[in-house]
Amino acid sequence: MLIAFGTAILTILLLASTQIEQKLNNNSKDIDLVVGAKGSPLQLILSSIYYIDFPTGNIPLKEANELAHNPFVKRAVPLALGDNYNGTRIVGTDSNYISLYGLKTQSGKFWQADLEATIGAEVAKAQKLKVGDTFFGAHGLTENKDLHKEHAYKVVGILAPQGNVTDNLILTNVASVWEMHGEEANGEIEGKEITSLLIQYRSPMSVAMFPRMVNQMTSLQSASPAMESTRLFSLIGVGVDTLQWFAVLIMLIAAISVFVNLYNSLKERSYDLAIMRTLGASKTKLFLIVILEGLILTIAGTILGLALGHLTLGFIGAYQESSQAKLSGLIFISNEFYLLLTGLAIGIFASIIPASQAYRANISKILAKN
Amino acid sequence: MQMISIKGVTHSYNNLSKISFSDWQINDGERWLLLGQSGSGKTTLLHILTGILKPTTGEINIAETSIYQLTSKKLDQFRGRNIGIVFQRPHLIKSLTIAENLLLAQSFAQLPENNERIHEVLQSLGIADKKNAYPSELSQGQLQRVSIARAVINKPALLIADEPTSSLDDNNATAVLQLLLEQSDLNQATLIVATHDKRVKDAFTNTYNLA
Repeated sequence: MLIAFGTAILTILLLASTQIEQKLNNNSKDIDLVVGAKGSPLQLILSSIYYIDFPTGNIPLKEANELAHNPFVKRAVPLALGDNYNGTRIVGTDSNYISLYGLKTQSGKFWQADLEATIGAEVAKAQKLKVGDTFFGAHGLTENKDLHKEHAYKVVGILAPQGNVTDNLILTNVASVWEMHGEEANGEIEGKEITSLLIQYRSPMSVAMFPRMVNQMTSLQSASPAMESTRLFSLIGVGVDTLQWFAVLIMLIAAISVFVNLYNSLKERSYDLAIMRTLGASKTKLFLIVILEGLILTIAGTILGLALGHLTLGFIGAYQESSQAKLSGLIFISNEFYLLLTGLAIGIFASIIPASQAYRANISKILAKN
Repeated sequence: MQMISIKGVTHSYNNLSKISFSDWQINDGERWLLLGQSGSGKTTLLHILTGILKPTTGEINIAETSIYQLTSKKLDQFRGRNIGIVFQRPHLIKSLTIAENLLLAQSFAQLPENNERIHEVLQSLGIADKKNAYPSELSQGQLQRVSIARAVINKPALLIADEPTSSLDDNNATAVLQLLLEQSDLNQATLIVATHDKRVKDAFTNTYNLA
């Protein structure tokens, strides 16, 4: 049983951390750099790529446009955040966003005119919105007061499920977001602001040059998703490591309990084993019988633990609120194979002493006792 | 033909008390009674005879094989094929049925599994209907019959019984003794019964006394 629990915890940790890492990487897949207002680079990444933190502030559209036309930049996607609908973020952006994430619609079309919105697959499901519906955006990112009553968005399309953040976003054009906040979208650039800029480099050379240029030459700041998620992971990693050691400890205790179990049952059954010897079973055979028993015990425990781990993760995923990094119990990874091997090793390790005892047993003494 | 001979056998536990056994020859098909008070070395001699206790000195030959010259593995196999042992108590494996217990005896001796033989032996002992029962469902007398069945299942040349009747009442004791004699006849096995049970003595002409 202990083996099952130890394996279950390890399985959950292993699966959860790989899946989160995968999801994070999937979301920042083609984004080389994020440019936004000065502040915490991690916050900038979190708000502009994973949509989980507040933005660092706004940047002037003029400066953003200059950067977007820089020769180092292959593609620049503007983001205007600040509104939500029932907790779902409304993102003002342009058609570059579609090609950046490789988006497709499952019904309807992409947004074109002002106040047209294309919503993510999960949003459509959760908020029960369909093509043709209208809704009011609200100011802020989480709370649902301060409705922008004067302008209603119209759903013109629903995205096909992508398995990344876009499933949980409402996409519209930048002008719509401005309009919400009372600014006239009349084509004048002066004074207009956006939240951040997602940038794809033209060549690998840019990695060295471009961030420095942004940080030194402008009032803006740049943050690399790769670097920041590594930093984030090293922070979370401490907790994962602790839990991992804890699980290893449980496995160790499990090994000892299997050992004690076998050792005790061997005392009870030493007579049985002695009888087997008198029936012609060799010492080696008894040795193998005891080892096999330990193996069956631990392997059964390990498999049970793996199943338990997957089941638990499936449950966690089903009740998870934030679907930014939804966990699934149905994904298997190759590391689980090593868990099974570990189980095997524990089985052998725990039964080797009882087995060698069975091997060396003095059957004459055991038989004479009764 | 000579079945068993023991020559100059002594054994001492922890170099303390030394027991010497007088030489003993047993011919093929003979029936012997091994008499002695408890503590006189009866069990020790039986263990030496069955190859599970190596004596300090001396030589034991069974069916022209010097059994302590064999390797441990060969000796285990030799015992499984040639010697059937009936213990004071039945000692069957509780989680297996009667038939499975007998199958186990066949497979440990590395002989092919033979269900007909199992049926035949159980039939001759009058417990064929218990074939698929578990040891816990049988009475003491029936269990002792199963342990006789297990001892003779591989048609051993030598059948050894250690106090087979001491835990049984008169009726069962007579029955078990009768069965041992019958089975040793049926399987052409040499029979040695070690006992201090007076009810058994009359059936034997050859006795080996331990001082």
